[in-house]
Amino acid sequence: MFAAAMAGVLVTMLLALIAAVRGPTVYDRILAVNMFGTKTVLLIAVSGFLAGRPEFLDLALVYALVNFIGTVAVLKFARFGNLGSDARRSSR
Amino acid sequence: MAAVDMASWFLLLSGAAFCIIGGIGLLRMPDFYARTHAAGVTDTLGAGLLLAGLLLQAGPTLIGVKLVLIFAFLELVGPTAGHALFKAAYADGIKVHVGEDVAEQVAAESAAATAISAASDAPEAAAAEGEDA
Repeated sequence: MFAAAMAGVLVTMLLALIAAVRGPTVYDRILAVNMFGTKTVLLIAVSGFLAGRPEFLDLALVYALVNFIGTVAVLKFARFGNLGSDARRSSR
Repeated sequence: MAAVDMASWFLLLSGAAFCIIGGIGLLRMPDFYARTHAAGVTDTLGAGLLLAGLLLQAGPTLIGVKLVLIFAFLELVGPTAGHALFKAAYADGIKVHVGEDVAEQVAAESAAATAISAASDAPEAAAAEGEDA
C-alpha cells in the first residue's frame, strides 16, 4: 500500500516536471518546481516507511525547510535579478 | 489493528489521489492564478492526508512527532509560498484570464464610464475655452 501511495506521488512529480518545462511564464515554472519539492518531501517520507526505515523523516523535514527557502530565493532572483537587492528601493 | 490499517490505507490512497488531481490541475488550468489555486489547495490537502496515513502507521512514537512536525510545516509553508508567488506575479502584470461573457461586460462598463466622464468633462472644457477667449 505504501508502494501505491509512492506511485501516486511519482506520477504527480512527473506531471509537475511537465508543467515546469511547459509553463509559459517564469512564475508557472517556479510554481511547478515548488510543487515538485513538496512532493519530494512526501516521497522521502513514504519511501522511509516502504523500506522499513522511518529515520528518513529527518531528511524529509530538512528538505521541507530547504524547499521553502529555495522557492522564495528563486522568486526573488527572478523578480529583481539580484538576491541582495532591497525590494523597497529598487521598484522595477 | 486491522481497522487502523484500513483507515491508514484509505488516507494514503486518497492523499495520493489528491496529489494526482493537483498535478492534472497544474497542467490543465487556463491561467496562472487558476494554476496557483489547483497546485496550492490540493497540494496541502494531498500532503496532509498522506502524512495522516503515515501517522496512523507510526503510532505515538518519536516518528509520529516528526510526521506531525512535517505536516505542520507543510501546511504553514504551502500557502505562504503560494501567496508570495501570487503577489510577485500580480506585481509583474500577469493578466487574469476571464471568460468571454465577463470580458464583454467589463468592456461595456468601461465604455459607459468613458462616455459619462467625457460628458462631464465637456462643460468644463467649454468653460475653460470661454475664459481663454
